[in-house]
Amino acid sequence: MARPVSAVPKPAAAKRAETGAATEGRLVPGDAALLTMLHYMKLTRALEYRIERNLYRQGKIVGGVYVGRGQEAISVGAAMHIRRGGDESHDDIVSPSHRDMAVFLMQGFTPALVLAQYMGRRTGPTRGRDGNMHMGDLRHRLVAFISHLGDSIPVAAGTALTFRMRGTDQASFCFFGEGAASRGDWHEGVNFAAVMRLPVVFICNNNQYAYSTPVSRQMAVRRLSERGPGYGIPGETADGNDVLEVYDAVGRAVARARRGEGPTLLEFETFRMTGHSAHDDAGYVPKALFAEWERKDPIRRFEKDLVGRRLVDAAALREMEARIEAELDEAVAWAEAQPYPEPRECLVGVYHE
Amino acid sequence: MALTTYVEAIRQGIWEEMEADQRVFILGEDVGIYGGAFKVTEGMLEKFGELRVIDTPISESAIVGAAIGAALMGMRPIAEMQFIDFISCAFDQITNFAAKNRYRWGAGVPIVIRGPSGGGVHGGPFHSQNPEMYFVHTPGLKVVAPATAHDAKGLIKAAIRDEDPVIYLEHKYLYRRIKEELPKEDYVVPIGQAATRREGRDLSLLTYGAMLYPSLEAAGTLSREQGIETEVIDLRSLLPLDKDAILASARKTGKVLVVHEDTRTGGIAGEIAAIVNEEVFDYLDGPVLRVTAPDTPVPYSPPLEEFFLPNKDKILAAARRLAAY
Repeated sequence: MARPVSAVPKPAAAKRAETGAATEGRLVPGDAALLTMLHYMKLTRALEYRIERNLYRQGKIVGGVYVGRGQEAISVGAAMHIRRGGDESHDDIVSPSHRDMAVFLMQGFTPALVLAQYMGRRTGPTRGRDGNMHMGDLRHRLVAFISHLGDSIPVAAGTALTFRMRGTDQASFCFFGEGAASRGDWHEGVNFAAVMRLPVVFICNNNQYAYSTPVSRQMAVRRLSERGPGYGIPGETADGNDVLEVYDAVGRAVARARRGEGPTLLEFETFRMTGHSAHDDAGYVPKALFAEWERKDPIRRFEKDLVGRRLVDAAALREMEARIEAELDEAVAWAEAQPYPEPRECLVGVYHE
Repeated sequence: MALTTYVEAIRQGIWEEMEADQRVFILGEDVGIYGGAFKVTEGMLEKFGELRVIDTPISESAIVGAAIGAALMGMRPIAEMQFIDFISCAFDQITNFAAKNRYRWGAGVPIVIRGPSGGGVHGGPFHSQNPEMYFVHTPGLKVVAPATAHDAKGLIKAAIRDEDPVIYLEHKYLYRRIKEELPKEDYVVPIGQAATRREGRDLSLLTYGAMLYPSLEAAGTLSREQGIETEVIDLRSLLPLDKDAILASARKTGKVLVVHEDTRTGGIAGEIAAIVNEEVFDYLDGPVLRVTAPDTPVPYSPPLEEFFLPNKDKILAAARRLAAY
């Protein structure tokens, strides 16, 4: 869906990498869009808090839990550009990573549906076949992620290949972490998309750690985006904790894709404010880093910005939070009341029936 | 009437499906300008254009991954592995993404992954493999291996029209060595159906791919020299297996011999032996025997490769041993 976008002169490009695509204007969301973005950032944080801090610890979620706390700006800022609400020749397609809860919500998954997934219920999007963020639904234009990081990259290229074959201006959004960028599939997929000039936006949430391995042990380049030119495509690094910067960078990359100019590699610097998963206390991360990135929290920063613009005030924020908590109370109750699958459903659906 | 080779039958099948269905396209290494290493896609670039006959980088994982993505968007991709040996590079995309997708979230992945398999042409360890069992062990996939030109065409068409991912193994030894007259009208060979190539009452010989031919020769010899009537069944499809056909023949003859070019341990013969034991043990008059390649890589030098491959004499020896029970 088209959202109000206006171009205003960009004050500074200092945060962008040397490899960044040159641009004169900066894409800025309209007021309604700004509030939508804040809502989804807060909803994402609150939903994942329930999942990680409440339901997992209560034993109501039995499998792995991976959250994107601290990274909400990336999914939200990017997903604002996903075109939806039309038919198959209009809507974009998206392959989220496991730290992109907001993408699911913005594509129309309700918190209740997400919770049913986490709790292994029959009415969840995978009917109990898979857990946590491994969910998808083509009606929502969501391609499910698999644990083998990087596999989504060639698959996203294939979705974009279809758009090229059909001659539409649809785009494919492909999210991943910096750890996934070490997989061979990542390199094959980015190269394939580059060679074929496919309309893909590659969106890296560089949260500095792949499980316990810091980014310095993951790649020898200073910035992941430096790899873009190595594949013959633009690469750009931006502040992943600034939702407006994400919005701008992704918006420009999507426009390139729609114009038939090929893929863009975007890297958003952020920080994983948790362990790899709920069972991981992240003892290997220096405490000072958490403190430093806590000060850059994307939600508080955005709230402050919007308060400064008088788009919200303290009362409006409290009301927004209260609405979210009420929605989540309902969602949790609904999900807990959902049935488990019948054991013999294990056998159903391996093949087309 | 004109006779059609096995390789031409595959080409015809793909060609006709691409003419009939705009969703069908092919991607792979050297499939466009060059027409494929074995010329399976010859002339297709000129006919269907570069958006439907796509020369890719040497990136099997991207080839299969892109096929998956396109299939999710409603296309019917055919991914060519230049030699089926290279399918290992795409193993993860096939076994974890394509195979499990429908089960996980209901989105089918109707792709065909095809390529030349098998030995007998001095291809050495990396151009001669029979990788079927990696995939037969993966729920969600289908695996077919035609032995005749008729089946090559009928099975490629069935694979393209199938709603699930199909691994289509074409035996390169057969490409230009066998030919037959094909039906003029459109036809498919249903996936999951074996074919009885020779009726017999004394012994069931189950095989597939290029091994069909030494098996039939052995059956002829057994009949002529000893009056042993061998029923030769061409499995055609390894996943799903045509259990009904296997069990019916086992009940009829009470003796089962499985012949495959794939290596011994973990080959389909072991699985068939288990099924026969579980289902029709009371009918058996002897052990289920197997003739297979040994558990080694496929060697290059002619005497080594000849030793490696099953042949008529090895089949005859096993069949005689089984017939003696």
